[in-house]
Amino acid sequence: MATSGMMTSGFSPVMANPGMSFQERSVEVSTGTTIMATEFDGGVIIGADSRTTTGAYIANRVTDKLTKVTDYIYCCRSGSAADTQAIADIVKYHINFQRMEMGEEPLVKTVAYIFKQLCYDYRDQLTAGIIVAGWDKRDGGQVYSIPISGMVQRMPFCTGGSGSTYIYGFVDSQFKPNQSKEDSLQFVSKAVSLAINRDGSSGGIIRLAAISKDGVERFTLTGDQLPKFYEDS
Amino acid sequence: MAAPCVEPAKGGFSFENCSRNARFEQMGLKFPKAYKTGTTIAGVIYKDGVVLGADTRATEDTVVADKNCAKIHYISDNIYCCGAGTAADTEMTTQMISGQLELHRLATGRAPRVCTANRLLKQMLFRYQGYIGAALVLGGVDSTGPNLYSIWPHGSTDKLPYVTMGSGSLAAMATFEDRFKPNMTKEEAMKLVRDAIAAGIFNDLGSGSNVDLCVITKDKVEYIRPHEIANAKGVKQGRYLYKRGTTATLSSDVKKIEFDVIGTEVKTSAQPMDTQ
Repeated sequence: MATSGMMTSGFSPVMANPGMSFQERSVEVSTGTTIMATEFDGGVIIGADSRTTTGAYIANRVTDKLTKVTDYIYCCRSGSAADTQAIADIVKYHINFQRMEMGEEPLVKTVAYIFKQLCYDYRDQLTAGIIVAGWDKRDGGQVYSIPISGMVQRMPFCTGGSGSTYIYGFVDSQFKPNQSKEDSLQFVSKAVSLAINRDGSSGGIIRLAAISKDGVERFTLTGDQLPKFYEDS
Repeated sequence: MAAPCVEPAKGGFSFENCSRNARFEQMGLKFPKAYKTGTTIAGVIYKDGVVLGADTRATEDTVVADKNCAKIHYISDNIYCCGAGTAADTEMTTQMISGQLELHRLATGRAPRVCTANRLLKQMLFRYQGYIGAALVLGGVDSTGPNLYSIWPHGSTDKLPYVTMGSGSLAAMATFEDRFKPNMTKEEAMKLVRDAIAAGIFNDLGSGSNVDLCVITKDKVEYIRPHEIANAKGVKQGRYLYKRGTTATLSSDVKKIEFDVIGTEVKTSAQPMDTQ
């Protein structure tokens, strides 16, 4: 009962590079990343760095990893840029269809479960770690984490990407439920900038968004606006 | 118990021989290499349009296979696309998407948009999982204004005001990072792209020869090929042929061949021959 044949038989990732010599084909574009989302009183805050790399080269230093799915639901992408862009496009297609048929804004949970289904069905072929966050009128602000092999889990806050490993201690010690929007924005921007400081694959500017019943407010923090810590002095 | 059933592939590439070929390669078989355009391609958005640029060298390993190849491909009347990577792949992908967009234009009766071309290209490249080695710079002007994208072989895309691709992309990007500014004039933008491509031509071994440019505005396209011959061939300072008589003639002997004329015939051709 194999999953239906988009891939032809005989294709295995083990020999995925016969005769590859050029950087263009051998190294995939990936978002070695720091992404983050938290629930707050009345909505969610999402945040991400802006670095996209191919090997040691920064392919895009102002990437927008906060990708819109609906007016009230965004996703944060980490992993292969091609995979996550493709998945986000497919989810957008499905959810637009659903909204038109149901005549109302879709639930965050629905979006998270479509992401999960794709990530799980194609888990052998995908490198995608996604955070889905948004607001709906049934459950308010919600954050769902969909890590690499296609699990889904609701969390009060969540980090992802290569930079997340550096900030577990920070977020665990500093997170407080039901904070104000301003405090949550501060929390996310501090966490992401700490990760940027330690993780070579994360960098650039910090992109933030606050999603609530009033829709989306977007912010960017450029170099001079990043939170400072003792070592930056 | 139902036995697992292998369905035949419905069109597209077949990768069945990949593992066999990898085994052959391990055992020491040498495979022919595809032309890779070790390339510098770039594009910028300026005040009222887009400037695309490319070098003109095509390489096959270390050999320059073509000294003046065209890397700026036609997509539609208002959209062009520079290609780096496997020459055959960039050529065929741009042609296929160009065809699809033309049908789309005929069906909708509207000028195609750059984001449509971008979506078609990324979905095709993603479907082939990086096996189509096309790294593209897509630019054009549509109802929304000037647009510029870079598209990677695995199907990821970036929408930016200035982009570079190919082996010379680092040199070209250095030029852009130094001198790009928003809302440039056409002349400023052309000079900047020329300098970026020239940086690739002179500092990257995979790039060389001439600079091609393509300037796209709302209702005009200038495809300038070549914009500049960056590597003009030098003129020889002297003639290095031996003068007639350099080798001494020691003796000469002319032999007459005897023959008989059997017959002669005069034919008039149906079409007059061109005698110029």
